Amino acid sequence: MILTKAQYDEIAQCLVSVPPTRQSLRKLKQTFPSQSQATLLSIFSQEYQKHIKRTHAKHHTSEAIETYYQRYLNGVGRNGSAPVLLELANEIATEVDYAPSLMARIILERFLQDHEETPPSKSVINSMLRDPSQIPDGVLANQVYQCIVNDCCYGPLVDCIKHAIGHEHEVLLRDLLLEKNLSFLDEDQLRAKGYDKTPDFILQVPVAVEGHIIHWIESKASFGDECSHHAYLHDQFWSYWNRFGPGLVIYWYGFIQELDCNRERGILLKACFPTDIVTLCHSIA
Amino acid sequence: MAAVLESLLREEVSVAAAVRWIARSAQSSEDDPGEAAALRSLRPLRKEFVPFLLNFLREQSSRVLPQGPPTPAKAPGSSAALPGRPGGPSRGGRGARSQLFPPAEPSSAAAAEAPPARRGGRRRGPGPGRERGGRGPGGLEEGVGGESPPWAAGRRRRSSGSPGSPGRARSDPPNLSNLEEFPPVGSLPPGPAGTKPSRRINPTPVSEERSLSKPKTCFTSPPISCVPSSQPSVPDTSPWGHGLPPGCRSLQEEREMLRKERSKHLQQSPTPACPTSESGSPLPSRTGNLTAEAADPARVSSRQRLELIALIYSSCIAENLVPNLFLELFFILQLLTARRMVAAKDSDLEPTPGAPDSLESPLFQSVHDCVFFAVQVLEHQFDKGTLKLLAENERLLCFSPALQGRLKAAYEGSVAKVSLAMPPSAQAVSFQPETDNRANFSSDRAFHTFKKQRDVFFEVLREWEDRHEEPGWDFEKGLGSRIRAMMGQLSAACSHSHFVRLFQKQLLQMCQSPGGTGGTVLGEAPDVLNMLGADKLGRLRRLQERLVAPQSSGGPCPPPTFPGCQGFFRDFILSASSFQFNQHLMDSLSLKIRELNSLALPQPEPSDEDGESDVDWQGERRQFAVVLLSLRLLAKFLGFVAFLPYRGPEPPPTRELQDSILALRSQVPPALDVRALLQQGLRARRAVLTVPWLVEFLSLADHIVPLLDYYRSIFVVLLHLHRSLVLSKESEGEMCFLNKLLLLAVLGWLFQIPTVPEDLFFLEEGQLDAFEVDTVPSEHGLDGMPVVDQHLLYTCCPYIGELRKLLASWVSGSSGRSGGFVRKITPTTTTTGLGAQPPHTTQGLQAQLAQAFFHNQPPSLRRTVEFVAERIGSNCVKHIKATLVADLVHQAESLLREQLVMQGQDGGDPAQLLEILCSQLCPHGAQALTRGREFCQKKSPGAVRALLPEETPAAVLSSAENIAVGLATEKACAWLSANITALIRREVKAAVSRTLRAQGPEPAARGERRGCSRACEHHAPLPSHLISEIKDVLSLAVGPRDPEEGISLDHLEQLLGQLGQTLQCRQFLCPPAEQHLAKCSVDLASLLVADQIPVLGPPAPRGLERGQARRLLHLLLSLWKDGFQVPVPLQLLLSPRNVGLLADTRPREWDLLLFLLRELVEKGLMGRPEIEACLGSLRDAQWPKDFSEELATLFNLFLAEPPMPEPQLRACELVQTNRGTVLAQS
Repeated sequence: MILTKAQYDEIAQCLVSVPPTRQSLRKLKQTFPSQSQATLLSIFSQEYQKHIKRTHAKHHTSEAIETYYQRYLNGVGRNGSAPVLLELANEIATEVDYAPSLMARIILERFLQDHEETPPSKSVINSMLRDPSQIPDGVLANQVYQCIVNDCCYGPLVDCIKHAIGHEHEVLLRDLLLEKNLSFLDEDQLRAKGYDKTPDFILQVPVAVEGHIIHWIESKASFGDECSHHAYLHDQFWSYWNRFGPGLVIYWYGFIQELDCNRERGILLKACFPTDIVTLCHSIA
Repeated sequence: MAAVLESLLREEVSVAAAVRWIARSAQSSEDDPGEAAALRSLRPLRKEFVPFLLNFLREQSSRVLPQGPPTPAKAPGSSAALPGRPGGPSRGGRGARSQLFPPAEPSSAAAAEAPPARRGGRRRGPGPGRERGGRGPGGLEEGVGGESPPWAAGRRRRSSGSPGSPGRARSDPPNLSNLEEFPPVGSLPPGPAGTKPSRRINPTPVSEERSLSKPKTCFTSPPISCVPSSQPSVPDTSPWGHGLPPGCRSLQEEREMLRKERSKHLQQSPTPACPTSESGSPLPSRTGNLTAEAADPARVSSRQRLELIALIYSSCIAENLVPNLFLELFFILQLLTARRMVAAKDSDLEPTPGAPDSLESPLFQSVHDCVFFAVQVLEHQFDKGTLKLLAENERLLCFSPALQGRLKAAYEGSVAKVSLAMPPSAQAVSFQPETDNRANFSSDRAFHTFKKQRDVFFEVLREWEDRHEEPGWDFEKGLGSRIRAMMGQLSAACSHSHFVRLFQKQLLQMCQSPGGTGGTVLGEAPDVLNMLGADKLGRLRRLQERLVAPQSSGGPCPPPTFPGCQGFFRDFILSASSFQFNQHLMDSLSLKIRELNSLALPQPEPSDEDGESDVDWQGERRQFAVVLLSLRLLAKFLGFVAFLPYRGPEPPPTRELQDSILALRSQVPPALDVRALLQQGLRARRAVLTVPWLVEFLSLADHIVPLLDYYRSIFVVLLHLHRSLVLSKESEGEMCFLNKLLLLAVLGWLFQIPTVPEDLFFLEEGQLDAFEVDTVPSEHGLDGMPVVDQHLLYTCCPYIGELRKLLASWVSGSSGRSGGFVRKITPTTTTTGLGAQPPHTTQGLQAQLAQAFFHNQPPSLRRTVEFVAERIGSNCVKHIKATLVADLVHQAESLLREQLVMQGQDGGDPAQLLEILCSQLCPHGAQALTRGREFCQKKSPGAVRALLPEETPAAVLSSAENIAVGLATEKACAWLSANITALIRREVKAAVSRTLRAQGPEPAARGERRGCSRACEHHAPLPSHLISEIKDVLSLAVGPRDPEEGISLDHLEQLLGQLGQTLQCRQFLCPPAEQHLAKCSVDLASLLVADQIPVLGPPAPRGLERGQARRLLHLLLSLWKDGFQVPVPLQLLLSPRNVGLLADTRPREWDLLLFLLRELVEKGLMGRPEIEACLGSLRDAQWPKDFSEELATLFNLFLAEPPMPEPQLRACELVQTNRGTVLAQS
């Protein structure tokens, strides 16, 4: 699913101030029936993350935290089984509009500050978010759990889904490489050898795709938008180029067409496994 | 000096004698006594003769070649007044052009400061008396004196003008030596100033690339049309007077003598030859006339005189008495291709009747004269590099049909075409685990820092590549701070060496390509179609420019530059301005230079079939070319960095300052002992490899360097070498023609470098003769082999191409044919015997025998054996690593596991553990040698056999195999015996830490994992999809939800079915996903137990029926039992939160929980004690009172259950039917 910048912008336009709930996703699918669900979800997720990054700081001032905590306490004081925390996070009218899982984290941290002697460590918080049963307050545990299962952009479950998607596509890619009889070193093998930067696969014998030499392949189970692509270029793709030469990136959920502009310099983008692979002929007949 | 010429012209002295006289200090027995006498009187002038002659010819030609590209000259006289007179140019007009000829300074000033202190007085005349005489009073003298200073000032501009101001230098618009800008096609209207004789020496054309070198260096003379018309025209009474610098006492004296002579002639001759008059008179207009004047042999004036001078001139060239062969060739070709004569009056065109043989009259009076002279020289001096164009020059046919015939023959005979196929260089330095992984760094931090450095370096490089051609972009401004920040992070010395290695490798990869410019960098595909497809207009434009304007190398004698990518590396060094970096870089460059310089390059082998040897030679020549080009590049950068701290725009202003600098500098040891390397190179007859890179190194030296004793001695050696490379000599043991030509070209170029003193070339013989190269004549080094081909010559010396361009422009200008193309020339192949090999490291009789064995075998045999031994030896080490060491590591792991079992999970101190393991395992390392020997024994013979020709005699083959086995074993065992213990230790250490880490959280996740069955086609739903689906169910159950929302029972069952499939297939399942699936399934079970799942169905979403819930729980139980391979957090079923879900339901449904608990026990998923513990801890939580009571009841009920499965189930049914009552009863 390769979109032009204009097409992408049209979709992104519809995602402004939409809470990350399953209901929102359902509506989005109805609005853009021609796009694949996975692509839409990926775009939505990335756009929402951008929004969160922009507003992250304002939710973490001590005043904001205090306000949220008081509102939470008031809310559960009135009715502990009402979705207090979730609604607090998704409140757009009062300009809260923050990811439920992240809001849950804020409140949990604040709560633990009140109830524990030492400030909670990050790993304790993470562990409680993964398994809210560990939260000493039953009401809060339920509230947190509700936030996490209702958040489709953040939280341990979403992280796990993303990780799983990434892994699945790597497996898929590995199978395709095996099927094509292309020998490769995978990330684990590379790491064992002490490589400092490791693409998903390094081809032991380079191939050509659409006339471009490919030494390595990176699988990205997401949509390649400008923001993420530039981050990837800086942190990964150029680093791979710097070590292994030109390579191929597969954005399984598509990318913005205009981003595929570094082909000449050694970074080729595709939205699927390439079909026309030219391999080195060993025998000179 | 002129007297010598005069006596030649009067045939008092033969040319041969004169040349002998010039070339050698000692008198030869061949010399006629009369000649000897005539010359002996002139002896003190001997070393001045060649510069005089060259200047004389330039001077003369300037009258004829006003419009043509100027021929540079660098004669010592010009430097006479160099130091001590700064600020000269500032007196000139503001305009760039007028600065070329700043107003004259009074001659007295020149004289007063003239004694050229710079070179330690070598330029001084024989005595003060002569100086006096030189400056004697007289009207004519004034004229001369008045004439010289402007020239001198113009010359001086080279050393002091616009120092270090590239910005201003850039504003000099015309690149005077650029033939594209100043084509010799057609004559520009010269203007009145055109009559002014051209200055021989002039400001260097400046381009941005040359900001390093002094922008003002004067290599060329300007077209006469550039001279501003306001230039005062000083009457010139001496046709060669311009060549005489004010500081040159002996020449001045000479001049006076001549002047007297001339006045005699003037009195005799009714028609005065008046070169003086031409300067003032406006020229006949030649505008619009673009065609060249037809040269006619019949119209040559004073043939005899021209012939004589041509002969002596070409003899000087042939004897390498001129500093730069190619400059002279360029000059000759300029004469040959002269289009128009900027002659003054018609009368000038006629030979001066009175003095046909005197130097009085202009030498070149017409185009005919020029062409005649050029052809005369060419007849003697054969330029093989430009044969075709020469052959196509119809003037040649006209003046010397015989020469043209020879040229044609030579051209047609040249068929060899050796191209320099380089490996593609458009890559970054690859990551090599052996040198780049963590083990090569002192700390994790250093490793990760370097990881970042590498990326920053390439980021900077990419940005440079994108932007350096943009106008207004500045390297320092754009990248400087980033580079310095990056260098700042390279704290550890080890990181510096890593970075330097990266830097040097990348330098070699990018800049080694032919032409040294590296036109395509960083993956920029050279494919034209790709370029067009990239819809980059800029790129297309650049391509077009490249096609339209062939790169000019900046005249026949460009200063050293850093073209293309080299500029990046230079600027990087400058911007980094890091002492540590520079030092590491110098160390690394020096090492690499030594390594490459001593590389045993292939020797030719006498072969019966020419074809075969040809194939071999292609590869070997290519290897030579790669090594040579790499060396040149490395040496250039070494020179750049080594002399960087001393480099300044101009030489020290005063003698005192210079002396004190010299005293300081002479103590500093050289960065690399190049003198020793040069001497070694000459001794081993590898000058063809050593000298070109040495020249690159020296070309970047600062002004002081050539004055230092150490470097001065190097220059003396180089001068001697230059003199000895007589092209015409081709005898046994001589250097090959193209090898010589390469050395002549690079040396000639070096002698023209601004920082090299001009007079260095014309050293007194005493110094030259003192030197003798100590070569072993029997040894055949690289010099005697045709390692240089035309392509390499042009790659190393792109300026030679200027000759071709000159001719090409003539061809296109005169006949409209496409420009000439120089073909490759057949290199002279010498058949030489097997060269003496460098002594091998192996010692002893066996080694000697092996040497002897190779002696009578073709060199390829030796190469093959050495290659096989090297590779097998290396593979042997790897083999031992993969077998013996790997086995030991396995043993270590199992020992460690035993240890851990014995000592509990902690296992104790890892360091101690390691020691124990190593002490047990390292002794096994002794096997390595035996096994290594076996491996080499087994593998080497086959490899040798595969690589040697089939007709190799059996005995030779088996000897070769045995030697290969021996060498490989030696290599491998040497390494193994030294390193095996350390290797085992390292690997065991890694294994220990691996095992200890694996001991951590999830042992079940690894270990024996079942894969899917072989028949599986991996069509199961993806784990990510399942997690996502289950998450949706959970979120629906937990709410909030719309009233109409719910889940269909079918969907739930389907979901669990899919989960089962996925857990079976496992193709796409990774441990974290499985863990989350397990946890989600537990959450789902809890929601089922608490009846919290809203099921769709008419009429409205409702709770599940108990039977349905049980069925689903059964599905989950079997998944937990058989599906999951990760531990399922079943205890969460009894977590306060999940049990608490029940608290909200009215009426509470305890029976499903009880059912679940019993099933868990029954299926062995949880033990009773475990459940009891969970239930026990549940009681500690805070609950509503009634809930606590019910919980206690459940607890008791569960505890009361007899551990018999069947009745329990029934009891459960009972519980179900009488819900609530059962609990109440108990």
